[in-house]
Amino acid sequence: MKHWRFKRRHISEAIVKFFMLLSFLLVAASLISILWTILSKGLPALSWEMVSQTPKGGYYLGKEGGILNAIVGSLLLAGGATLIALVISLPIALFLETYVMKTRWARYVRLTMDILWGIPSIVYGAFGFTLMLSLGMRASLLGGIIVLALLEIPIMTRAMDEVIRLVPEELSHASLALGASKLETALKVTIRQMMPGIITATLLAFGRGIGDAASVLFTAGYTDRIPTSLSSPTASLPLAIYFQLGTPYPEVQQRAYASALILTLIVLAVSLGSRLISARLSKYINK
Amino acid sequence: MMNDTHIEIRNLNAYYERNQQALINVNLKIPHRQITVIMGPSGCGKTTLLKTFNRFLELTDGARITGEVLIDGENIYDPDKDVTEIRKKTGLLAQRPYMLPMSIYENVAYGLRIHGAKHGKELDQAVQHYLEIAGLWDEVKDRLNSPATSLSIGQQQRVCLARGLAVEPEILLGDEPTSALDPISAANIEARLLDLKEDYTIVVVTHTLRQAKRLGDYAIFMYLGEVVEAGPAKEVFEHPKEERTIGYLSGQF
Repeated sequence: MKHWRFKRRHISEAIVKFFMLLSFLLVAASLISILWTILSKGLPALSWEMVSQTPKGGYYLGKEGGILNAIVGSLLLAGGATLIALVISLPIALFLETYVMKTRWARYVRLTMDILWGIPSIVYGAFGFTLMLSLGMRASLLGGIIVLALLEIPIMTRAMDEVIRLVPEELSHASLALGASKLETALKVTIRQMMPGIITATLLAFGRGIGDAASVLFTAGYTDRIPTSLSSPTASLPLAIYFQLGTPYPEVQQRAYASALILTLIVLAVSLGSRLISARLSKYINK
Repeated sequence: MMNDTHIEIRNLNAYYERNQQALINVNLKIPHRQITVIMGPSGCGKTTLLKTFNRFLELTDGARITGEVLIDGENIYDPDKDVTEIRKKTGLLAQRPYMLPMSIYENVAYGLRIHGAKHGKELDQAVQHYLEIAGLWDEVKDRLNSPATSLSIGQQQRVCLARGLAVEPEILLGDEPTSALDPISAANIEARLLDLKEDYTIVVVTHTLRQAKRLGDYAIFMYLGEVVEAGPAKEVFEHPKEERTIGYLSGQF
């Protein structure tokens, strides 16, 4: 009897372990096949010309030019939006932690953020478009930045909020005990402690922003030129991929994969860079 | 000066959420420049009492007090008292040291910078001075810019001591300051406290009777939120008057 029970427990553990491993392999395999697809289809089309030139006439028919317009556009759109989102999200997250921690207020703020997070980006795009129409704005860099910022704020705020909640209470108490005010404690201690988390949250939001097509479709528009001002229409990589993939020409479709590769490399570079900074800062942090 | 009162507690009651009473009508006079030990079984309110001395209790949601705590004769709960000034006056050694997320140097300089007291060379000297008092200078002088979290827990507690002293408090509060430490580090902290009582009023919460006996000049025994007995340590330990104190000292609870 005892022996059988012993055996059964081990068998169930083995089965559960097997499914865990299976799930992981499934995810890993998808990642590898995605990378393989964009590498194998995109790499042959990737050239210096592609990243250093804007589209010339006939680019979408397979003639010369590149997608510098979309690269610069995407960096400006996502960079600008991330900056705005950071300026708005950090105070919200700090306010939640420092002043209202567990009150009903904090629950409402978190609920609002969670709902906003769940809204599809095309809805943000449509909302932004309506708003811009009523203000008499046209599709522009600024319009795209604002809508992307709206998309990024809930992601960033909630990600920061989760990190701030991991900051031990005793740490802020250590600062308060020295006669620091709550604000000084938040700005000098809590922010430092959560810096790696802020970086991760920012990265997460940037990744979401630079990869989003639906919200910039109406608000930033698309153009073959590099934007010269906040009111210029602005191209973006996701839309560049979309448009190129939609042409009937195989060489242009290949360029779509090359564009996807560029987008992936940008996200990868930003991610690695922030991870390096994060690792350096982590040394100072209480675990 | 020996028996002057530094902290006086009058009719103090403390409540947590749902009116759970943690301190019941506490009246005490804590002497100037001595070590006062507060002892008692877990949950007797000793930490709560300590938290009322630097107004830390108000950081707990739903906690409130009635009554008065007077430091140098002034009620620290007076509405026009600045809470940061009170906390500057009362250094705190917590159960577990928490290093501010910065270097060793910056941990000690933190309070000095907040209060804008010293700059440049003066600041360097102050940091060295307080690390020396905490008995840590020789161990860290070559790596002041390393993360404070790289120190051992015993060293971290001495950083806490140094940074607490750096803001020039009059009172040092210890909330079981050695409970997380190894025996050698604990002995080291105890030795520091005994040195420091020349210049500071020290109040230490402890759950080990032996530590209370080693450190205490004045002893307070608490049970279920009440102060059962308080007096010069010698009397409390050798001739306890109350039944419950006798029970505690003989290890019944």
